Amino acid sequence: MKKIIFITLIFSALFITAQQTPAGVQQKSILITDVTAHIGDGTVLEAAAIGFNNGKIDYVGVRTEVDETKYEEVISADNKHVYPGFIALNTSLGLAEIDAVRPTRDYDEIGDFLPHVRSIIAYNSESKVVESMRPNGILMAQICPRGGIIAGSSTVVQLDAWNWEDAIIKVDEGIHLNWPSPYRRGRWWLGEDPSIKSDKNYISKVNNIEMFFETSKVYNKKENVKNLPNEAMSGLFDGSKTLYLIADDEKAIVDGITRMKSIGVKKIVLVSGHESYLQIDFLKKNNIPILIDTPHRLPSNEDQDIKNTFKTAKKLIDADLLVSIDITGRMERMNTRNLPFFAGSFSAYGVPKEEAVKMITYNAAKILGIENSVGTLTVGKDATLFISLGDALDMRTNQISKAYIQGRDISLESHQTELWRRYEKKYNIDIK
Amino acid sequence: MIKNIFIVLIALHFSVGAISQDYFPTNSGVKTKDKTYKAFTNATIYVSPTQVIEKGTLLIRDDKVISVGANVSLPSNTQVYDLEEAFIYPSFIEIYSDFGIQKPKPYSARGRSAQYEASREGYYWNDHILSDYNSINDYRYNSKKAESLRAIGFGVVNAHRPEGIHRGTSVLIALNDNTTDNKRILSDKGAQHLSFSKSKISGQSYPTSIMGAMALIRQFYHDSKWYKNGGSNSKDLAIESYLKIEKLPIIFDASTDKLNPMRAAKIAKEFNKPYIIVGTGNEYQYLHSFKKNKPTLILPLNFPKAYDVSDPLFAKKITINQMRHWDQAPSNPAILAKASVPFALTTHKLDKKNNFLKNIRKSIKRGLTEEQALKSLTITPAKQLGKSKTLGSLDKGKQANFLITSGPIFDEKTKIYENWVQGKPHVLNDRNVLDINGYYSLSLNNTKYSLKIENSNKKIKVSVKEDSLKLNTKVKYKDNWLQITFSKSDSVATYLSQLSARVDNSDLIKGTGVDFEGKNINWYINKDSVLVDTKKEKKLEITKPLTTITFPNNGYGFKKLPTSKTYLFKNATVWTNESDGILKNTDVLVKDGKIAQIGASITSSDAEIIDATGKHLTSGIIDEHSHIAASSINEAGQNSSAEVTIEDAIDPEHIGIYRNLAGGVTTIQILHGSANPIGGQSAIIKLKWGQSASDLIYPNADKFIKFALGENVKQSNWQSFSRFPQTRMGVEQVFVDYFQRAKEYDILKKKVEALKKKQKKLSSKEKEIIKSFRYDLEMESLVDILQGKRFISCHSYVQSEINMLMKVADRFGFTVNTFTHILEGYKVADKMKQHGVAGSTFSDWWAYKYEVNDAIPYNGAIMHKVGVLTAFNSDDAEMSRRLNQEAAKAVKYGGVSEEEAWKFVTLNPAKMLHIDNKVGSVKVGKMADLVLWNGHPMSIYSKAQKTMIEGTIYYDEEKDNQMRSSIAEEKQLLIKRMLEIKEKGHKTQSVKNTAKRDMHCETID
Repeated sequence: MKKIIFITLIFSALFITAQQTPAGVQQKSILITDVTAHIGDGTVLEAAAIGFNNGKIDYVGVRTEVDETKYEEVISADNKHVYPGFIALNTSLGLAEIDAVRPTRDYDEIGDFLPHVRSIIAYNSESKVVESMRPNGILMAQICPRGGIIAGSSTVVQLDAWNWEDAIIKVDEGIHLNWPSPYRRGRWWLGEDPSIKSDKNYISKVNNIEMFFETSKVYNKKENVKNLPNEAMSGLFDGSKTLYLIADDEKAIVDGITRMKSIGVKKIVLVSGHESYLQIDFLKKNNIPILIDTPHRLPSNEDQDIKNTFKTAKKLIDADLLVSIDITGRMERMNTRNLPFFAGSFSAYGVPKEEAVKMITYNAAKILGIENSVGTLTVGKDATLFISLGDALDMRTNQISKAYIQGRDISLESHQTELWRRYEKKYNIDIK
Repeated sequence: MIKNIFIVLIALHFSVGAISQDYFPTNSGVKTKDKTYKAFTNATIYVSPTQVIEKGTLLIRDDKVISVGANVSLPSNTQVYDLEEAFIYPSFIEIYSDFGIQKPKPYSARGRSAQYEASREGYYWNDHILSDYNSINDYRYNSKKAESLRAIGFGVVNAHRPEGIHRGTSVLIALNDNTTDNKRILSDKGAQHLSFSKSKISGQSYPTSIMGAMALIRQFYHDSKWYKNGGSNSKDLAIESYLKIEKLPIIFDASTDKLNPMRAAKIAKEFNKPYIIVGTGNEYQYLHSFKKNKPTLILPLNFPKAYDVSDPLFAKKITINQMRHWDQAPSNPAILAKASVPFALTTHKLDKKNNFLKNIRKSIKRGLTEEQALKSLTITPAKQLGKSKTLGSLDKGKQANFLITSGPIFDEKTKIYENWVQGKPHVLNDRNVLDINGYYSLSLNNTKYSLKIENSNKKIKVSVKEDSLKLNTKVKYKDNWLQITFSKSDSVATYLSQLSARVDNSDLIKGTGVDFEGKNINWYINKDSVLVDTKKEKKLEITKPLTTITFPNNGYGFKKLPTSKTYLFKNATVWTNESDGILKNTDVLVKDGKIAQIGASITSSDAEIIDATGKHLTSGIIDEHSHIAASSINEAGQNSSAEVTIEDAIDPEHIGIYRNLAGGVTTIQILHGSANPIGGQSAIIKLKWGQSASDLIYPNADKFIKFALGENVKQSNWQSFSRFPQTRMGVEQVFVDYFQRAKEYDILKKKVEALKKKQKKLSSKEKEIIKSFRYDLEMESLVDILQGKRFISCHSYVQSEINMLMKVADRFGFTVNTFTHILEGYKVADKMKQHGVAGSTFSDWWAYKYEVNDAIPYNGAIMHKVGVLTAFNSDDAEMSRRLNQEAAKAVKYGGVSEEEAWKFVTLNPAKMLHIDNKVGSVKVGKMADLVLWNGHPMSIYSKAQKTMIEGTIYYDEEKDNQMRSSIAEEKQLLIKRMLEIKEKGHKTQSVKNTAKRDMHCETID
């Protein structure tokens, strides 16, 4: 057996540039025993076992009560930890391969109002960046376009697929609106004063957005002459699509939500929300879920609490708001694999550990409206889960030995691990 | 009093055209020469700020003071002006101005490529050295501007064209309208002017940064010396001109950044140049530096207006630092004066020049004495300009430049009557015009009218009332003649009455005129009562700042700099980074800034005990690659900038320092960016928050320099196609070329040194060799590398280029110290080990550009396992706060042991920076640069609770909590005051947030 593995390794080293092959459908029933199960709903089950068959979880409970004989394969996890697959929200994963190389960038279309532009068709399921997510426990992602006022429509995918069509979990589920900032910074590279000032055009920008929404709302689908942007918007008014409202400033948050609600948008999720913690009552009253920007960013001014960005999640969660994490930012695609550590950092500043896990599992699924099939280790849900050496929110112990998507035993190798093994071999370093 | 002074003035006015030089032919009449004296008697005369004569006499002839004193004997041909109660002061000197100098046409960019070469031929290699320029060339007397300067007391102005790094010379002008430039120009070469800002006239890109500007000035000084000694075999008109003006006073404009005055002072010290430094108005925050360097200053009085904080959402964007500056700036002159730092005051940077005297009064309210204020306007600028013999006081023989005022010059109510320049009067307020403000009554055509006269000295206002009916009135009051026209109407017509009178007595004004019936009449008005000042409530004046200055002067600054103490950490888990490994339940004693003892149950009588039970104590994190705390990162003006140093650009106030401390970082290397293959020299600093730039620099550390390879230096990711190199092939040639030249330079240098030591008489050829040697800062820096005195940290990505630089180094006989980024280090780890170079990499960054396509997070682990000294660095102001967790990624990716992984961010970077003998581990005798963590230092859940450098605690989690609440309180206090100020009718400015940009390798200014 060992020999075979070794040969396989040499084989893969020879074909270094090939992407990982997606795993086939689950053939036999599997039971993972002796685990600490992080359910994803805020609870933990010690000395547990998780069973799944035909891609669905069929057992979650204490190890002692399970009938092992029902399963064709039993894996003792040796007191490791099992988590539901982490879900990365608001990422542009697979829409660009190398940030600086323009031909590889497919996340930002020209134009202001592009709800009809769909991220999914540009999603590269074979991206080397995408495959580097899985070894960190990220098994699902919401693929979002960028730029403009309405950037386009997003789709939720699982991260082990032959093509974009196979990857889909929920297609075109959301529309992404970049709410204008009430303030603007001078363009220093054009010689302007770089300080922040009130934007005189703020209200006219807001009015433009409203106008577009109003027009879309009254747009008659039966009309012979189609208007693609208006047509794409319709789901917002019947609740079949979610509006992801990207806003940071208090004023933008309140304006955005108030106006969108009054126009009749049914589901609104606040994205980024740097100052959301200052408008908790407002957000509660309007029942708005939040994708809070990562803690790994700097405070917005030099007087602000130097740990402010780490502390926002606790404030929102303490108020019983539904919170997950927004990944946008510098090098966001490659950085998406640090999602567990964003959650861990929020936990370091007050969010209880299992609540932090919940942020990137159940809460994420709930926000996407897919909580009935993924997001927790619950019987009947997809067997999308992974085994980690220890606490998956901490770098030292986020070491993943197995991962399943819909019961499929997926590869945890990547372009990066292959290079790693190739060069460890070159230097005769012990191969793990 | 001479009643007909007015006539005298008119006579003088008529004679303007006749004033000319003795040897000039006259065609407009006979030659006239005024040899009479003028005496100003019975005045309070400020001969100088310290010498005051009550009831004194000032005697002048032509443009000079003849004598001054309590008893001055007057020659018979003396015109006497009895000034009664008036005051006389020497008029002020504006030392920093562009008065009368025409603005040049700015350069307009052609095409997209940067201009690397100079555009002038026959001059210096850099267009921004304009030492050959003389402001006199573009000077034209501007009587309107002269008038506005005289109105605020100035008699002389030093004017220059504010263009370039060396700006050439200024002109010294007397603001005398009644003559020609022959007389007005006191000096056509008043002073030399320098700055850190490039000229707008040329598009030459070098220097793009403050450190480039500083290096350029230094090199220019070296080049001038070399040229002077005959070293050059070609013509350089800029240097030749400079050599002629070298001895002139040097005025250095450092008013573009609040840290720049210290930077100018640094060059001044290095080259022993007596710079007169133009400040920004923030100097009160840096008293310590000025006391140490003792430059003389020129201070602006640009006190900021209060911010309009009525929109709370916007008001929160304003920082404590900005608000405090509003509060504290008016104290700037007082604080410097108290510290005996000499300074002149200037109107430079004042939006409204009329506010000049007002702002001096503000400064006086804040503790500047009137004597100091007067000195800074007279004696000091005269001295700075080297004109003490002729300007600055009213001593015998000096220029007769003086002010006649109604009272003490800095009193709010005082009016300047006359500003005499070069013995010629300029009237600002006619002092013979009587004040006729008051309530008067007038009887006309049997009707009683009441008159209210206001503001008779300036823009007179008169309201005439019949009972309570206000009549349409027009009024003029000039040269003591009052003229009133008023009218009333009924249904038939409008009736007019016109009255005029020469006022001799303000209680009873008598005159002639026409009444409503058109008849000529005599009329008079009696003053019934004086005018009561009914002005609005007085504006709020703050005599004491509400806030205190901290170090640095922002929300997280220290009120008092912390000091080192004796501390005893009890019962900690200690990560020694030494053979002892991780020690549990261990005590560590810190004394005199060093680690004094490590062991179980240590006791100390004088130590402050820190209970570390359940906590971890480690040495401070060291970031090999940082770009925080610098005003600029890249000098991108040339493909090599080995002459620049980040040490010149250190920004000790950058909040990144404090934020990094909170992440357990104690030492960083601020690297130059990656804009060019040969970058600039690094600064290794300790994060001693609150200290000055020079005190942050790691003492006696080895010297380092940044090199760079790959996409950035070949400018692949932006539109630039003209600079060599554009390929990795070219990058190698840049290095070979520079090192070859450095080698040749060194050979020549050594030869010259040997010749200089030679006992024998030198041959003329040998003398030529000595002369020809040109000291070159860039070459010096490269020679240091060749000789193993300066060490390279090279930004690198792909294996080919990494290998290339090692081979270039081999060829020139030195070792590359560190490859930073080094994302494909794992591919050539064996070669790196063989060469002896270290690798400082990112834990997991990749995919952001093509050259990091093969970057893998296992890189650190592989290099480490092969035996390359390995570190993780930040290159990022945010990530640097979490380097402890980045270290943990070496455990995750590649299975490095925790103890070894921890060294990636502590001991290993210390070794790379050659400071591991002092820091990087917890060992008796090493510096107490320690961090106390509330848990496992590499856990995502752990936080630094205390960060100590050399036994001084610079970050403390509890103190941080307190500081945040005091920030909130202070903001409340200042916002409240600003709102009050707005209520009271003071002008405010809109809120701005001027946050500094965060810098990376690629940040170009």
